[in-house]
Amino acid sequence: MKDGAVLESLLSASGEGYFGHFGGRFVAETLVEPLEELTAAFDQARDDESFQRELSELLAEYSGRPTPLYYAERLTEYAGGARILLKREDLGHTGSHKINNALGQVLLARRMGKQRIIAETGAGQHGVATATVCARFGLECVVYMGAEDMKRQALNVFRMRLLGAEVRGVEAGSKTLKDAINEAMRDWVTNVRETYYLLGSALGPHPYPTMVREFQRVIGDESRQQVLAREGRLPDAVVACVGGGSNAIGAFTAFVPDKNVRLIGVEAGGRGESLGDHAARFRGGVPGVLQGTYSYVLQDEDGQIAATHSVSAGLDYASVGPEHAHLRDLGRAEYVSATDAEALEAFDLLSRREGIIPALESSHAVSYGVKLARELGKGGLMIVNLSGRGDKDVNTVASLREGGKQ
Amino acid sequence: MTTRLQNAFNELRETGCKGVVPFITAGDPDLETTYELLVGLARGGATAIELGVPFSDPAADGPVIQRACERALAHGVNLKDVIEVADCAVQATGVPIVLFSYLNPLLRYGLEKLAQDAGRAGLAGVLVTDLPAEAAQGFSRVLHRRDLDLVSLVAPTSTEQRIAQIAQNATGFLYAISVTGVTGTRHQLSADAGALLKRIRRVTDLPVAVGFGISNTMQAREAWAQGADAVIVGSALVRKIEEFGAQAPVEVERFVRELLASQAVEA
Repeated sequence: MKDGAVLESLLSASGEGYFGHFGGRFVAETLVEPLEELTAAFDQARDDESFQRELSELLAEYSGRPTPLYYAERLTEYAGGARILLKREDLGHTGSHKINNALGQVLLARRMGKQRIIAETGAGQHGVATATVCARFGLECVVYMGAEDMKRQALNVFRMRLLGAEVRGVEAGSKTLKDAINEAMRDWVTNVRETYYLLGSALGPHPYPTMVREFQRVIGDESRQQVLAREGRLPDAVVACVGGGSNAIGAFTAFVPDKNVRLIGVEAGGRGESLGDHAARFRGGVPGVLQGTYSYVLQDEDGQIAATHSVSAGLDYASVGPEHAHLRDLGRAEYVSATDAEALEAFDLLSRREGIIPALESSHAVSYGVKLARELGKGGLMIVNLSGRGDKDVNTVASLREGGKQ
Repeated sequence: MTTRLQNAFNELRETGCKGVVPFITAGDPDLETTYELLVGLARGGATAIELGVPFSDPAADGPVIQRACERALAHGVNLKDVIEVADCAVQATGVPIVLFSYLNPLLRYGLEKLAQDAGRAGLAGVLVTDLPAEAAQGFSRVLHRRDLDLVSLVAPTSTEQRIAQIAQNATGFLYAISVTGVTGTRHQLSADAGALLKRIRRVTDLPVAVGFGISNTMQAREAWAQGADAVIVGSALVRKIEEFGAQAPVEVERFVRELLASQAVEA
């Protein structure tokens, strides 16, 4: 058997949880059965009207959905090309799209009778969303966060604690999102019988990539209706930043069948081209397995996971959700990158021209959106998913300015 | 034909003895010491040895083995080095060595190439922490062609049906994870261990080695008494390596010998 064939046998063993070649469930034996139970519970909930109704009500009344699709007139004018619509996920409760998934999964955890919730967080947005829903439902909440991220997202650490969550700093590895996920998985495998792992992005072992997509697809479902109602047409492109990829997969999913709508994910180009200086998995990554899923992974030639860098903690991750890998290999979605400097410029631009301070993660999407607007030209139309608001990032931006690094 | 692991466990059973399977991380603190450690462990009477391939993100391991991985990776130890040092130790001692790895370094090396090189080096088998049984069958066949076993894991959370299925496809020995959790020493053998051993024994006669958390003679004797053919000792040994450095080979040899000797006390 050729090596490709062995790999093939590994990846096609179970059809469930794969997106083409990507995805799967590569975990320790202890987690296989708990993941089966989770899959079964999710499948059941998905078909259950009362579950869907409860979730819709919470999304509407607790989180404030639908979020607006806003025509960014002065940003459009600045770019001087296609019209730019912003999907305002920053206006949802807790200030980012993460609440959509946190609400969905916390309802699932309740159905499964779990009393203790754990989560990982990078920028802190998912941690805040999880702490919020745990407060809302009276559940114990532990959030793992890289020590480096705790420093740069101190405001979110305070918010989580205020909401009653315990935030545990992770000192291992690069002290960022990847290390927080490792630590959350260690907690889960230890306390698996009573604990629900509320994973925040469209990555990890099956069923997480599918489940998180389903809880986030509301972004694209709404956008599609809103753009048709507002403009009477579909957009030429949908643009979103991609860390693990939950806001992007949420924004893309409804448009996947619309072949004329370009789907564009923006990765973190960081501070340079070398391995370790960015988080552009589609540019520098090789398919491999990290944290339970087969996808593009930034790694060295020995298969050790590479360090990553991004000014935004939420995009600073060595792998990417497997469905994005699939969409990319199919040619259905395109993936580009924006550097730290470009993101910071977009952060300022949106603040000044629209009075909207975007998260540094979302600033990557805004940055590319402006470029694309020029490329598409007048008469073009695009949606940029504004995944979160930037309050959490003002300290980072201020200290970068003081340091003269900008 | 029987594999090296089958032979080793058959011999245990024929002599009515219980075994010890030590785990160490290759390259911790350096490759020269790893060689000495392997020789020491073999001399101490190890039934087989699990040789850990260092990985940057060992999500199934506790802090002790995480630190060992960091030490090994700090001087760039890779899979090729690990196979080489195992090769030398097998030649010197004949002890069966199982490569213990996360999946990604093996994927990057190439699974067929790994089977080839590990077979040529006289290794006994491979265990992949994050490769569940249902995805492993193709890889398992490739390994068997080189007389290598793919060691399978069962856990306290595995259902009866899964245990039966895993046992049916397993060769060499079954690795029973004694407790839900990560690797690391614990003071007592968990209540899960006995229950899991019983469930395994109901469906298979394959040799079973129990691991995760076993660090002393009391726990080992309890696990043996509950039907384990061998105990796997990892973090307790890695801690000694951390503490004794270049002197560790003598220490680990004595540790394995004492563990093995403790079974005679009762008999």
